[in-house]
Amino acid sequence: MIAIIDYKAGNLRSVERALKKLGFDCRITLDREEILAADRVVFPGVGAAGKAMADLRHLGLDGVLKRVFENGTPFLGICIGAQIILERSEEDHVLCLGLIPGETKAFPAPLPSVGDERLKIPHMGWNGLRLIRKHPVLSGIRPEDEFYFVHSYYPMPVSDTYVFGTTKYGIRFPSVIGNRNLIAMQFHLEKSGAPGLRILKNFCHWDGQTC
Amino acid sequence: MLSKRIIPCLDVREGRTTKGIEFKQNVDIGDPVEMGRFYYEEGADEIVFYDITASNEKRDIMIDVVSRVAGEIFIPFSVGGGIRTLEDMRSVLLAGAEKVSVNSAAIKDPEIISNGAEAFGSQCIVLGMDVKRVKPSAKIPTGYEMVINGGRTYTGIDALKWAKEAEGLGAGEICPNSIDADGTQDGYELTLTSLISENVNIPVIASGGAGSIDHIYEVLTKGKADAALVASIIHYETCSIREIKEALHARGVKVRMTW
Repeated sequence: MIAIIDYKAGNLRSVERALKKLGFDCRITLDREEILAADRVVFPGVGAAGKAMADLRHLGLDGVLKRVFENGTPFLGICIGAQIILERSEEDHVLCLGLIPGETKAFPAPLPSVGDERLKIPHMGWNGLRLIRKHPVLSGIRPEDEFYFVHSYYPMPVSDTYVFGTTKYGIRFPSVIGNRNLIAMQFHLEKSGAPGLRILKNFCHWDGQTC
Repeated sequence: MLSKRIIPCLDVREGRTTKGIEFKQNVDIGDPVEMGRFYYEEGADEIVFYDITASNEKRDIMIDVVSRVAGEIFIPFSVGGGIRTLEDMRSVLLAGAEKVSVNSAAIKDPEIISNGAEAFGSQCIVLGMDVKRVKPSAKIPTGYEMVINGGRTYTGIDALKWAKEAEGLGAGEICPNSIDADGTQDGYELTLTSLISENVNIPVIASGGAGSIDHIYEVLTKGKADAALVASIIHYETCSIREIKEALHARGVKVRMTW
């Protein structure tokens, strides 16, 4: 069973729908035992880092997520779930889970223009992904595939060893990061059509090993 | 870099899709879930479902449509039409829509934008604007006036002023729709679109008037739109979404080419 963490961030149903469409058994839950017993864990969400961390702490799920990570359970973070796995966030200046060393940073404002085009924040819409390191969850993704983003902050691990893919929007930023059994994407793979579903499916078959 | 988005717009009345020609003569062209899935598979970057159901009692039909669509398509989609309260927003978002679009209700009660943005996040809130060309005046300096009731009622509000105000209230995207151009297939209102795009910092979705690929090219370049809404041009098979994207790509506009 795949546990989808419900910490009231909204938009959780779309991950559930996508997993069901792919034929995987999943459940939205905030039950600690159920999360710890799950075969794999998906940590999605939208919203602000401060609120998300406060909700997690209030529900006692921050410790549970750290244990999921330490137990070696395949663990997928999406959007805000790719940000609050770092040590801290510039958004609301909040301490986060610390599963990957580094911090979540705000896009610099203003972003450098491209030609006569002003880059707006949030970064919203379809953008590419440059794969810089192989990962089983990214298998079959083509260089021209695009993914759906909506965010004003981005994850910045301390070292490139945690970065699997990058995306360019004014600056080039890490958009797929990971550490051992944890893999996380800044984009909404559940809203990114076939390539997004492909990543989700790969995750559902992943054993949590990076090589 | 971000791709320019091509967004089919489906008008839905009592659970069936239609396409209005200047808000009149609606022609039934099918089932919204089927149509949505078809355009998803054709490479649409997002889909808009616009509820034109007149009666309030039948609004639940739309919620059912939204939840069925959400189980079939895995790209963002938004729902507009008849969104008047925070509860209306909540019900379509919970049913699986990524975004809601508010239009006349926001003119009558601008707080719906700020309340919606606070409750669900700005990225969920699209401001739809129905705009008509008028003679520029002290009150309407741009010569573009906000209208409601399908274009029958003038509000005395300047379109650019309203767009900026809505951005300040927390709208995440703006979709100016030219009533003059809507359904004519004579091309988008380029001046209106670029005027708004140059003066706000949120994405602008051009709407109303697409009749050819040239029109779409123009609004995404000269019109400075981030996305283009398309309706009749694809519903009546003047061209397909794939053809639109291939042509734009060939002319140097960045669009998503694999799906």
